Amino acid sequence: MALKVDHVSYLYEEGMPLSRKALDDICLDIPQDQFIGVIGHTGSGKSTLMQHLNGLLTPTEGHIYYMGRDISAKDFDRKMLRSKVGLVFQYPEHQLFETDVFADVCFGPKNLGLPKEEIEGRAGEALEKVGIPREMYSMSPFELSGGQKRRVAIAGVLAMQPEILILDEPTAGLDPRGREEILDQIRQLRRQTHITVLLVSHSMEDVAEYVDRIIVMNQGRIMYDDVPKAVFAHYRELEQVGLAAPQVTYIMNALKESGLEVDTQATTIQEAACSLRKVFSAVGR
Amino acid sequence: MLRDITLGQYYQTDSVIHRLDPRVKLGGTLLYMISLFLFENIWGHLLAALFLAAVIRISRVPFRFMVRGMKTILFLILITVTFNLFLTPGEALVTVWKLTITREGVRMAVFMVIRLTLLIIGSSVMTLTTTPNNLTDGLEKMLGPLKLLKVPVHEVAMMMSIALRFIPILLEETDKIMKAQMARGADFDTGNLIQRAKALVPLLVPLFISAFRRANDLAMAMEARCYRGGEGRTKMKPLIYRRCDYIAYLVILAYLVCKVLAGVLL
Ligand SMILES: Nc1ncnc2c1ncn2[C@@H]1O[C@H](COP(=O)(O)OP(=O)(O)O)[C@@H](O)[C@H]1O
Ligand SMILES: [Mg+2]
Repeated sequence: MALKVDHVSYLYEEGMPLSRKALDDICLDIPQDQFIGVIGHTGSGKSTLMQHLNGLLTPTEGHIYYMGRDISAKDFDRKMLRSKVGLVFQYPEHQLFETDVFADVCFGPKNLGLPKEEIEGRAGEALEKVGIPREMYSMSPFELSGGQKRRVAIAGVLAMQPEILILDEPTAGLDPRGREEILDQIRQLRRQTHITVLLVSHSMEDVAEYVDRIIVMNQGRIMYDDVPKAVFAHYRELEQVGLAAPQVTYIMNALKESGLEVDTQATTIQEAACSLRKVFSAVGR
Repeated sequence: MLRDITLGQYYQTDSVIHRLDPRVKLGGTLLYMISLFLFENIWGHLLAALFLAAVIRISRVPFRFMVRGMKTILFLILITVTFNLFLTPGEALVTVWKLTITREGVRMAVFMVIRLTLLIIGSSVMTLTTTPNNLTDGLEKMLGPLKLLKVPVHEVAMMMSIALRFIPILLEETDKIMKAQMARGADFDTGNLIQRAKALVPLLVPLFISAFRRANDLAMAMEARCYRGGEGRTKMKPLIYRRCDYIAYLVILAYLVCKVLAGVLL
């Protein structure tokens, strides 16, 4: 296991009058080379959990292990951890500060103390991966569009070449086109490099088709942690906590209830179409 | 780490003190501060401490929160104590090298610590039990007469309430940006002074940009709701004294009388 979360609980502002557990007894295993979706509605503790994974927050109770070593141990190198577990915050474009795009992406690798050629090589590679063309390298980050800014910010983390990449709501506040672009880029990245990606979102549609595994969070606890099909089978329970399964799940379940023998486990439109075709060809015969 | 700053931080609970008119609390705090510097004797300070303890008790704010504010001015207190200890002329107690501690110096230092502590805790009680909005409302109303002298009281009060409102927002923002840069390997706690100052650039630039963005948004939102300054503007909840406010004034008055008596007689 690359990362292991062992009975972790976390309390913001210990002792404040209104504080309740933001994380409550979380156990997780995060292996290498997996695409994981983390779902939960606002305030369910997703961001809090993600900030634990690279040591920005220290658990109130419990432990987190990276490659078998406790990351809150005194002699643990947290800077190394932060380069291995790259965290892209929500609205990452708010962290841009350099005078040009290229320099901003260099910030991460520079902090790792790498030689200059290596830094620039990594920055160029990262910018290429997120689809920022060369002409933009010398532009001020503040001249870019919202979606472009965000991709530059993601490149800033990618340039550290993490083994695990965490993206906290990377599509928040983007228009549908910007959203599609970012998600496409993440999928491509997964295909090319096989790094573990944790994609945090409050929308199932964002993650349903592509991830290997879905973690559903609710009120600081893990509600489900399974392959997408198994998670969507609980679509009624998901609804009760304010989440929705992909629309395909609803259609297939409605069809099944009205007497058609379709496969309710279909999560993508292709699978659904395939299942429907089978049913109708059987009926036709 | 940044959340330890209590200044302008309201503690939500329900108590008589919380419900008092902000003018009572502002006036009371001011009078209390003056009373601390009126006379110099231990009985007077004891009375002041007891009075404050009673108010804290009634306010239902845990004592921990009062002391939190102290941390930030601990340095100031230390300096005051050092200066008072060594620089007050009088009967020598101990002499170390060229520095002399005098009996008067010790006395001054002790009283200074007591006064400053009571002063800070006293004003913390006010900010902890009064929402920033309420506080500026009270201030605006109290300073109302200055309008006759062409002082822009409303504008100043509005600026204050906006500034107070922005403190927690900017603290939160600082926390977020700091974490985001730490995730990119930034290091804010090690290195020499110059390295540390340099390390602040990735924090300060985004912080300023975000502050400007928020200020711009706020100005837009105020314009969109036709804000034009104080002229002819009415309040949704005008401040009106109630019975408990008058009682509070009486209590403060009684305290002042006792304090003066203690100062004169003892
Ligand atoms: N900096 C903070 N201080 C205090 N409470 C916080 C802070 N950040 C988050 N919380 C609280 O922790 C809980 C989980 O928040 P968060 O992890 O941001 O959820 P999500 O990312 O799923 O929306 C919420 O109840 C939120 O109010
Ligand atoms: Mg979040």
